[in-house]
Order: sequence, then C-alpha cells, then structure tokens
Amino acid sequence: MEKIVVLLHTEPDGTLSRPALEALTVVRSLAADLGSEFAAALVGESVQEAAGLVAGAGASSIYAVEGSDFHHARYTSDAVALDALCRRAAADLVVAPGTSRWNRVLPGIACRFGGRIDTHVCDINVEGGAPVVTRWYYRQRMKARIGRTQRPWFIVCDPGSFSAFEGEVKEVPIEPIATPLAETGFKTEVVGFQKPAEGGQTIRPDAELLFVAGAGWTKMQPDGNARVGDAERLILSFLKSTRASLGGSKSMVDLSSEGQETLAFMTHLNQIGQTGATPRHPKGLSTCCHGEEPHVVGWRFITERRAVNLDPNCGWAQGKADVLYVGDAFEIISKVNELLAEG
Amino acid sequence: MNGGYQIVVCGSIVPDPLQTLEPVAGPTGPALRNEMMLPAVLDPWAAHALYEAANLAKQHSGSKVWWVALGPKAKLQQLMMSMAQKVPFELVALDGTASGFSDSWEVAEALAGAIESIPELDRDRLLLFGGWESASRGTGVTMQMVGERLGITDQFQGVDELTIESDGSLRLLERVEGGHHQVSVCGSPPVVVGWATGRLPEPPNNPQVGMLNMRTVMPALQRAKLVQLSTEGLTFHSVDLPEQRRETRIVRDSSADEIALELVDWIKSD
Repeated sequence: MEKIVVLLHTEPDGTLSRPALEALTVVRSLAADLGSEFAAALVGESVQEAAGLVAGAGASSIYAVEGSDFHHARYTSDAVALDALCRRAAADLVVAPGTSRWNRVLPGIACRFGGRIDTHVCDINVEGGAPVVTRWYYRQRMKARIGRTQRPWFIVCDPGSFSAFEGEVKEVPIEPIATPLAETGFKTEVVGFQKPAEGGQTIRPDAELLFVAGAGWTKMQPDGNARVGDAERLILSFLKSTRASLGGSKSMVDLSSEGQETLAFMTHLNQIGQTGATPRHPKGLSTCCHGEEPHVVGWRFITERRAVNLDPNCGWAQGKADVLYVGDAFEIISKVNELLAEG
Repeated sequence: MNGGYQIVVCGSIVPDPLQTLEPVAGPTGPALRNEMMLPAVLDPWAAHALYEAANLAKQHSGSKVWWVALGPKAKLQQLMMSMAQKVPFELVALDGTASGFSDSWEVAEALAGAIESIPELDRDRLLLFGGWESASRGTGVTMQMVGERLGITDQFQGVDELTIESDGSLRLLERVEGGHHQVSVCGSPPVVVGWATGRLPEPPNNPQVGMLNMRTVMPALQRAKLVQLSTEGLTFHSVDLPEQRRETRIVRDSSADEIALELVDWIKSD
C-alpha cells in the first residue's frame, strides 16, 4: 500500500489558500482510489487553524513545522522544514499545491530524497492500482498521461484545476517536527513585496473574466494616429467595472522592452501564452489580438471565449473562440463601458 | 565582488514556437514528428537568463559567463550561428536529447555533472542561472535540482530583477501570486536564479562577439560529451493534441451598440 502525504503551507494569516484546498481534494480522492490513508504535513508561522481543516478532510496524522522562521517563502528555511517533514512522513506519494512557494522548493526536496517530481498536474487517476497524472507539454500544446515507478513521487497540482475542499473543522493532535534551523542559519532574508502602483493591480487570478489586450490597441487607427492614451482609459475603465484580470499578447508586452509606446500598466507579468501564463478563468474576452496556434495557448484553460477583432479570419479567434465580433475594439469597448456604468 | 562573478547559464533548444508540433511514438518514448528537422531557438526563458548574465558580467570586471547546453550537437551548432553573436560566453556542450519528454531528474544530473567539470569554477563566486521553466517540458524543476546537486540552497525562481547592492549582497525580485514580486536579499553567492523575463531586450547581433565566441564554440561542440537519457521508470500512457477546435460564431454586420449589449449580457451572466 502506498503511503501518501499532502504537503501544505499556510498563508500569513494561518489559513490555507485555494490551491492548498484543491490539493486536499486531490489527496482525498487519490487515497480513496488507492485504498490508503493520507497524512498531512504543514509549514507556516501558525498552523493550528489549517490543521483543523486538514483533520476535517480526513488526514490520519498531521505533522507540522511552525514558527516565525516559516512566515515567508524562502528556499533555505522551507527546504529545512520539508526535509524534516518528508523524513517523518516517509511517504511514497507526495501531493502538493503548485504555489510559487512550493514550486520554488519542492523540486530540490524531491532531488534530496532521490524522488521524482511532476508539476502542473491538472488531473490524476488511478489505473491498475497506480496513479496516472495528466500534465501539458510544450507550453500547453500537447497533453500527456504519465505514470512512474520511482518513489517518492512528488505530484504538484496546478492551481485552478481541481475543486477546493470544503468541510468541517475537527480537533486533532498535531505532531510538531523539530528542525535544525539554528545550525543552518539564513543567508537570504525576505525584505518585502513589490505590488503594482495604486490602480495598477491588473492581475486577478480569481477573476471571472480574463481580458486580453493585443498589440492592435497601440497601432495606427483609421484617423492616421495611434490612440494609446484612449486605449489605456478604455481598458482601465473596463477592468474597474468588471474586476477582470488583464492579459497581454506577447507582441503587446514586448513593445515596452523594445522602447515603443504601449499601455503603461502592461508588463511581462500580464503576458499570456508562449512565454507567459496560461491562466484559468471561466470567461475570456480578447481584443485586438492576432496570431496562430502557438500564440493562443494562453486561451487554453479559458472556458468561454469571445473575441473582438477587425479580421474575421484571425487565427487567434477562428476555431478557438466561441464568438468573434468583427468590429472596432475602441468603439465596442467604449459602448460596453457605457453600459456597465449604467449598471 | 572582487574578481567578478562566475555565471553559469543552463539552457537549450526548443522548437521555434511558430512551428506546428505533433507528438509521435518513438523507439524510446514520445517524440515530436520530424523533431530533428524542426527549426529550433534558444528556450525563451533561458535566453533571458543568458542576456541577464552577460549584462551582469559586463558590469563587474573579471566576471565570466559559461553557457551549459544539453541538446543534439548538430542542433546546438545551428543555434550557435545566431546566439554566438548576441553576448560573450564560453560554451559547455552536452550531446543528447533536448526533448520535452525527457526526465528532469536525468537532465539535472547531466547538467550538474557538466558544471562540476568546469575546471576553474569558484563556487563562492558562482551565480547559477537558467530559465524558471522551459518551453518544452515546462516543469520548472530542473534548476532547483541542479542547485541541490551542487549544494546550493539559496535559490530564487521566477526572477525578474537581480541587482548587486553596495555591500555585495544580491537583491532579487521573484514573481509570486497575483502579479506581485517578493523581494529578497541574499548575502553572497552561490545562488540559483531561475529567470522569468527579466528586464532586458534581446541584444542586437554583434559580429565581433560572434567571432570571439566561435573560437571556443566549435571546440566545445567537438568535445561535447554524449549523454544518454533513459527515462527509466517513467511511462507515457498517452500523448495527445488537445481537442481544441471550436465552432466560432462570427458576428460581422452588427453595430457597436448591438455587440456591446451582447457582450455585457454575457459578462454579467452566470
């Protein structure tokens, strides 16, 4: 029987993030399908609240590394914590959420334990008594189902791919795990966070809608002038009304690094597809985007897709969007904003 | 830093993103149709790492950049025709597959071995750079494994900026959730830095740099060690292209008002 553990870190307020709750869903399902129990291992400044929920999810044992040294995401301290927890759990299968914190450190831990790791896992099943995970290759251009014989096998779940666990909180004893932090010391200190300027927060992973702006917004318009200022106002107004998340095509975000005039709030962090993100949102609206299959992988995990484009044959939309509106995005988004303002 | 940094960049080829990719069953597992014929480029995130490395080396005298690349020798040679003109580096080539279906564990083992074999490497000055993910396997795990194998436990992923402070410490901005950056300060090398896009544009071609690089590139390719990756223990049950064709409804003759109304209804619907 495979021994299973789910590795979770708490948030600064002691709660579990949505990706962590999704990993709980995965581990419960995996354990049930394999006829096994699962343990949980928690890391954070405070883990009590999270432990109650994890117990409610059915963890047979809960191990924890807790304290102020584990408040921030830092490779060295997280590695110390996970090393100790993985030794205690001695699991064959390790399930974890694909947060930036765990993505940074889990591969190194897998390496330490002679294990293997698969990240961005978007589905997991049991076939023939063994797990088979699904993940994408070549920037979401092909999907593979894979299995492994090596153990431990670290399975890191892609956020947004699974439902979040909801359940009762239970009282459960936590086994604290000691770590040799004093001996280790830290060469790295986390000194803070940089956030976009006020009003510039345009990336909202939990938004219902992804609004994708293409380079067309910055190009010369029928009157012979580029209207970058108008584009900024229209897009920001739209984002404010809809609370949508903003994505940009590669050509759009590259404009800034090439010194060309572009939307002031558009950075490489907004880029979707190719070397950008492939976010998961229920709806997506692309505007002024052009391109073929390689450019549209940013669409891959958007459920309902609509596009506004001047070209009815645009490869970005044909066969990829559900609806393509052929028209001027400036005019259409302006009207949309008026309607949204009217409520 | 006295004597400058020793910057090792890991990165290899991926198919040109404009190419159509199709998986096929090969003798040792999945592969891409006509893989050896597909035009290749340097993996985009690894390219950012290389440009950042060269920029850092330029600012700190005595610094040197090594580029460790695992890929088919012939394809690496093609890649060098363009990349060697971009920035100065010394190539350390490994002759093996650059397939996305290879296993990161084995790739990390090969890369770490190659780095350890660089004769004059001083780990107290070592900055180990790479892309935070590849555009082929896309796991985002290889650099961490290479770092672990080299005993480097100050690691940073999704880095967009690295600056050297006046006291010699390194200040790094890492991408975290929600479009934010985590800011960390690390006292000194060695560190592992998995680059996101960074801040630098692609450097223009410089034939003089190309001529200097090519003096070492060809010998490096000739002595490239053969690396056999087995993917032992890894089974691909299937590799498929996604069912992605949608029946697109094209709305051509509606007014902006009509389109806006339809869009707002859609946005507001559950």
